Amino acid sequence: MLRSLLLGALLAAAAGAQETPQAFVGASLYPITGPPIEGGTLVIHDGKIVAVGAAPAVQIPADAVQHDLSGSVVLPGFVDTHSHAGSVEGGDGSGPMHPDARALDSINVRDARIQKAQAGGITTANIMPGSGHLLSGQTLYVKHRDSKVIDDLLIRGEDGSLAYGVKMANGTNSRKDPPFPGSRAKSAAIVRERFLEAIAYRDKVAQAADDADKLPPRDLGLETLGDILAGERVVHFHTHRHDDILTVLRLAVEFDFKVVLQHVSDGWAVADKIAASPQVLGASLILIDSPGGKIEAKDNQLATGAILEQAGVVTGFHTDDPITDSRLFNRMAALAVRAGMSREGALYGLTMAGARMLGLEDRIGSLQVGKDADLVVLSGDPLSVYTQVLQTWVDGAKVFDRSDPQDRLYAEGGFGASHDQGHVLHGIAQGEHE
Amino acid sequence: MTRRQRLAALVAGIASSGSAFGQIAVTGATVHTAAGEPLKNAVVVIEDRKISQVGPADEIEIPDGFRTLTAAVVTPGLIDARSTIGLSGYLNQEHDQDQIEASAPMQPELRAIDAYNPREALVEWVRGYGVTTVHTGHAPRSLVSGQTAVMKTRGLTVEEAVVKPLAMIAATVGDGARERGNKAPGTRAKMAAMLRAELIKTREYLDRRSAEDEDGHPDRDLRLEALGEVLESNVPLLVTAQRTQDILTVLRIREEFDIPVVLDGVAEAYDVLDQIRDAGVSVIVHPAMMRAQGETENLSFETAARLRDAGIPIALQGGYEPYVPKSRLVLFEAGVAAAHGLGFDDALRSITINAARLLGVDDRIGSIEVGKDGDIALYDGDPFEYSTHCVAVIIEGEVVSEELR
Repeated sequence: MLRSLLLGALLAAAAGAQETPQAFVGASLYPITGPPIEGGTLVIHDGKIVAVGAAPAVQIPADAVQHDLSGSVVLPGFVDTHSHAGSVEGGDGSGPMHPDARALDSINVRDARIQKAQAGGITTANIMPGSGHLLSGQTLYVKHRDSKVIDDLLIRGEDGSLAYGVKMANGTNSRKDPPFPGSRAKSAAIVRERFLEAIAYRDKVAQAADDADKLPPRDLGLETLGDILAGERVVHFHTHRHDDILTVLRLAVEFDFKVVLQHVSDGWAVADKIAASPQVLGASLILIDSPGGKIEAKDNQLATGAILEQAGVVTGFHTDDPITDSRLFNRMAALAVRAGMSREGALYGLTMAGARMLGLEDRIGSLQVGKDADLVVLSGDPLSVYTQVLQTWVDGAKVFDRSDPQDRLYAEGGFGASHDQGHVLHGIAQGEHE
Repeated sequence: MTRRQRLAALVAGIASSGSAFGQIAVTGATVHTAAGEPLKNAVVVIEDRKISQVGPADEIEIPDGFRTLTAAVVTPGLIDARSTIGLSGYLNQEHDQDQIEASAPMQPELRAIDAYNPREALVEWVRGYGVTTVHTGHAPRSLVSGQTAVMKTRGLTVEEAVVKPLAMIAATVGDGARERGNKAPGTRAKMAAMLRAELIKTREYLDRRSAEDEDGHPDRDLRLEALGEVLESNVPLLVTAQRTQDILTVLRIREEFDIPVVLDGVAEAYDVLDQIRDAGVSVIVHPAMMRAQGETENLSFETAARLRDAGIPIALQGGYEPYVPKSRLVLFEAGVAAAHGLGFDDALRSITINAARLLGVDDRIGSIEVGKDGDIALYDGDPFEYSTHCVAVIIEGEVVSEELR
């Protein structure tokens, strides 16, 4: 009895932590949508930001739990537009396009890379199947909450709908033996044929109206392509070479789909074309420590961030985890700054730019009242190699705390830090010449 | 004159035949010499390829006609203690990948100097960030993959680049050395058995070669000759081993054959620090940002710091990558190691003087001291900071890069 009473009290306390306001004081706040606030105060409640500003201007609720973060820096949680955390699968070998395949059905939430993403301050990620296919499947937008099952990670709209996009690719990765395309022109032709099929399917469904006899047999893949055509799903297009980028823009015009350019190694060469495209929501960069490693990345350069920023493109970053380490995501932005991107633009790229590319800019990406309480607490300058992630909060819950030994293990590595990782994408483990 | 001595003489001849190089002075607000405390507001003078003066700006008169370069931070030219650049080209296509010869699991006769391409794009790339010397050659991922060499990141021919034509013989124990299908070695125990058998065979070869009766001398065998260099303690066996069990296997074989060994990688070293230290073995630590997967799944950003804390001599590396990025920059790896327990001073020493010692070239490079090669890197701030730039690089008195990197 005593035990159950005690347990009940503990449960109540745990539940109460969700409902008790939390006030973060003393830190430098980087709202992203405004200038940094020295010694600012941030209040969160019920998973949302309820107040943010200079200390004197913010009233801390009397019942709030206070966190003294003097000397640290608080940013909105980072947004990674392209990750393979969770050992996500997709891209079935049976063909080049799988719009019916869902990342939702293939993520291992116990993959330690999700904890490592928390340790890197990443609170939202677009988990995508790989790039070996013209269309490898549906992606999944997730919050990096502490989780046991995939449902714990989902991002839902007010109507309960799931947030996700669709992964496509062009260039060399998707070139293989038939039924895969063997050339760039064939790659585009296959995609165009499938979209034309989706248009016909959509029109048949519309013409059938409520007449069930006239409805075509349900086709999950064509439904998804229809969502893309209707502007309800964003295409995340893996593309590197300058001409492949332009092919994406051409397809986006023909089928009027919204697209995020992923990788864009040669984005520097066609920055004006990207900037001028009304279909492009943004460009998400991976910056690598040396050019090459695959032929399409031979001209990948750190200056692309600066060049796209100057062209007016919404420019963000991604880890492509496991290609780069989620724990060092801030490094990507810092390398862009090394090559001329503005600090403000680079921090925007880690947060708001990604939010916009996922269509979640009303919920995440900045420290603004009403937004989700997704925070990263840093030990110092967000763009310094010496800075550590101290805490990560998602929807008002602390999911990473460097002072916790288990969390520290994920942050630094060591025995058991990489448990339950599945297969490795991109042939890193297998291929010498992929 | 032995073959080795002949090659050394040949290389020395090339090195001294060059014309007098630039007369250069470098001034730095901070000069990290890697030979004592950093100097504030100091000058380094280079004449005829060598450092001729080092000291406070007010004590050194820069000779007339010398070009002067200035930077906030000056360091010795950086050393990547284990790389495959020059062999593993940046395009990563079949034609530019010479780091692994897949035809047999043990090929110690493969010379790095016969494969190194000094004009490969990644050589110029790492140089632009301050790396002036690389220990490069055959990659891990084969039981005995071949030889390594020490190269300067300059020159249009391997003869112009080479510092040490045979530095080590590269081996791997662990998943990386596993052959596919029914080829040996397919297991760890077989790897050890094959290595031991080969060392025994090599010892017998050496014994026959040194027999008094010349009629008993064996025919030349390039493979046994090469491994013989290890048994005669002329060059170390550089063994990549990540798992605890593999590290101990290497130490066991080292003891059995009394051979010089340098450990490479050691992702799980934190559990066998005493054994490594007691063996007196030096370690070239895996890149800090190496991916944690497969046999490296338990690696740590702190491996270098843990080894240093245990008193084990270490150097840092860019390592070998089969994919993107094709080459890691040892400068960046050292920065992450510095931020994860190693600290600035030891991180810098691990890519300068300590790396030079581990490679046996500290008589020429690794620190800013009078008489050493004029290899200098210039930065506009803390070299390890993400947004700092390398502003100029000098190799043996020649300005080889002035591009902001």
